[in-house]
Amino acid sequence: MATLSRSDVEHVAHLARLGLTEDELTLLEGQLNHILDQYAILTRLDTEHIPPTAQTIELENILRDDVAEPSLPVDAVLANAPAREGDFFLVPPILTERD
Amino acid sequence: MAGATDLTRLHAHEQAALLRAGEVSSRELTEAQLVAAERDNRALNAWLTIDRERALDEADAADARIAASRAWGTLDETHPLLGICVGLKDLISVQGGQATAGSRILEGYRSPYDAHITERLRDAGAVILGKTNMDEFAMGSSTEHSAFGPTANPWALDRVPGGSSGGSASAVAAFHVPLALGTDTGGSIRQPAALTGTVGMKPTYGRVSRYGIVAFASSLDQIGPFGRDARDAAALLHAVAGRDDRDSTSSPAPVPDELLSLPADDDQAISALRGKRLGLPREYFVAGMEPGVEARVREAVAALEAAGATVEEVSLPHTEYGLATYYIVAPAEASANLARYDGIRYGPRLGDGDVLSIYLATRGHGFGAEVKRRLMLGTYALSAGYYDAYYLKAQKVRTLIKGDFDALFAQGIDALVAPTSPTVAFRFGARMADPVSMYLSDACTLPVNVAGLPGISVPCGLSEGLPVGLQFIGAPWSEAELFALGRAYEGLTADAEWRALEPAELAAAADPATPAPLERVAAGAA
Repeated sequence: MATLSRSDVEHVAHLARLGLTEDELTLLEGQLNHILDQYAILTRLDTEHIPPTAQTIELENILRDDVAEPSLPVDAVLANAPAREGDFFLVPPILTERD
Repeated sequence: MAGATDLTRLHAHEQAALLRAGEVSSRELTEAQLVAAERDNRALNAWLTIDRERALDEADAADARIAASRAWGTLDETHPLLGICVGLKDLISVQGGQATAGSRILEGYRSPYDAHITERLRDAGAVILGKTNMDEFAMGSSTEHSAFGPTANPWALDRVPGGSSGGSASAVAAFHVPLALGTDTGGSIRQPAALTGTVGMKPTYGRVSRYGIVAFASSLDQIGPFGRDARDAAALLHAVAGRDDRDSTSSPAPVPDELLSLPADDDQAISALRGKRLGLPREYFVAGMEPGVEARVREAVAALEAAGATVEEVSLPHTEYGLATYYIVAPAEASANLARYDGIRYGPRLGDGDVLSIYLATRGHGFGAEVKRRLMLGTYALSAGYYDAYYLKAQKVRTLIKGDFDALFAQGIDALVAPTSPTVAFRFGARMADPVSMYLSDACTLPVNVAGLPGISVPCGLSEGLPVGLQFIGAPWSEAELFALGRAYEGLTADAEWRALEPAELAAAADPATPAPLERVAAGAA
């Protein structure tokens, strides 16, 4: 199976939105490759015609009555916000004007 | 009234009998449990928070319910957990309380609502003593991955209690509470139960609602009980199990009343073994299993056979693929579930500037090493170009692993009997340097999660002075039958010498001069 290079590890860290130190990246490169080596055992099995299992105990058509129910009060929802303005979570600008 | 220490030694069903007879109050029981937990917590670090005032308020409320029920002649209709103390793993929401999941990234977070199981415990009238320590986001097999320091095992204070629900297991073993709740994604209830000499069950996937529980791997996670005997643990499962509309994976399957009527009489309990067909999976006696563990498990199997069960060696041929399958599926699901910890809606927010730098700093500082490792694995397994090779492949192998179990139950096997953990409790630090060695701790438990089945661990003696666990694995929804098997084994060994032994280092745990687990780890590393 695949081997992860240092730049692969940096790419995956970016996808996972993890800010990692140089030491962490170095340690993870070795550990992840060691773990991926263990995954290679799965290639021994021919699974071409085996369906995947996502849920073991399947329940179907689990619906509740289509009636509005009260949600948590806004203040309870926002009580844990690290930054808040009025009834909103405060975040840095996500969209910026061009030029 | 009995002395305060004696009260903590009692099983929940014994405490309940005293409560109903009016010989003790829930306040007295709760006070005794609080004293024990507060006294030992420096040495054990089993509890992340002990809610003294809230617990005593709940105890007073339970005493009022008992008095009212007695006056109305309805005591028999109250739940056996009324007035009994329970510990909750710190990923279960209690309104207004903390739920750190063992992580810095949830420090300061206060739950805005009760979990479904918390509501159920309140309905039953149980007293919530506090929140127990755990591996961060339930990722680990030793509780060493808690951001708030490791938990010690009361059988040997330089050893782990197992994990991830190690705080719950340690607290029950050390008589801080007769009962506690944990979660089990790959063995996180059964393995610590085995390592601490307690009873722990992972129910069928869907048996207990996970509304209000911090998610790890959603197709594997399940909530379950710890107790010091099968009857107590079964009563706790009964209290929290059942359909809840807020968790669409929770099942409408009826919760069996048998969970509340396991026989008190040993002979009656043993008689449940007659005619039972038990399978002994040969693949579960893995390389690396300690001889003492194998010996205890084989002795237990021989005792079950002598009492009337039929034991036949069986094969679960895809067992060796369980570890790799689990360590693809669980991290993949975790990488999706843990995306929510971004410093925007709750928890500390680190970094400044744009949103991306907040994400990177908050998650980079907020998560510990094991969580980062699994998020990296999961993200990689789901990433473009690798999804088919890893995640889809693992889901297909999952079908084969589940098929192994299905085939045996279809042949009329009532349950499987196996070791819970290949080893007894290991020393702090022994498996921290090599993640794969830690992952192997769960080789005998994680196929059960992969297949969605119920499993129970019951103590079956000691090896080198440390507890060994015996695991029973059943078909979906067979929790009552598994408890009956566990109860039967308790009956068979009621007079065994090891049954009378208490954890060897309880006195040291109570000594204020005993170092905290983190100090031991630091001293060991120096």
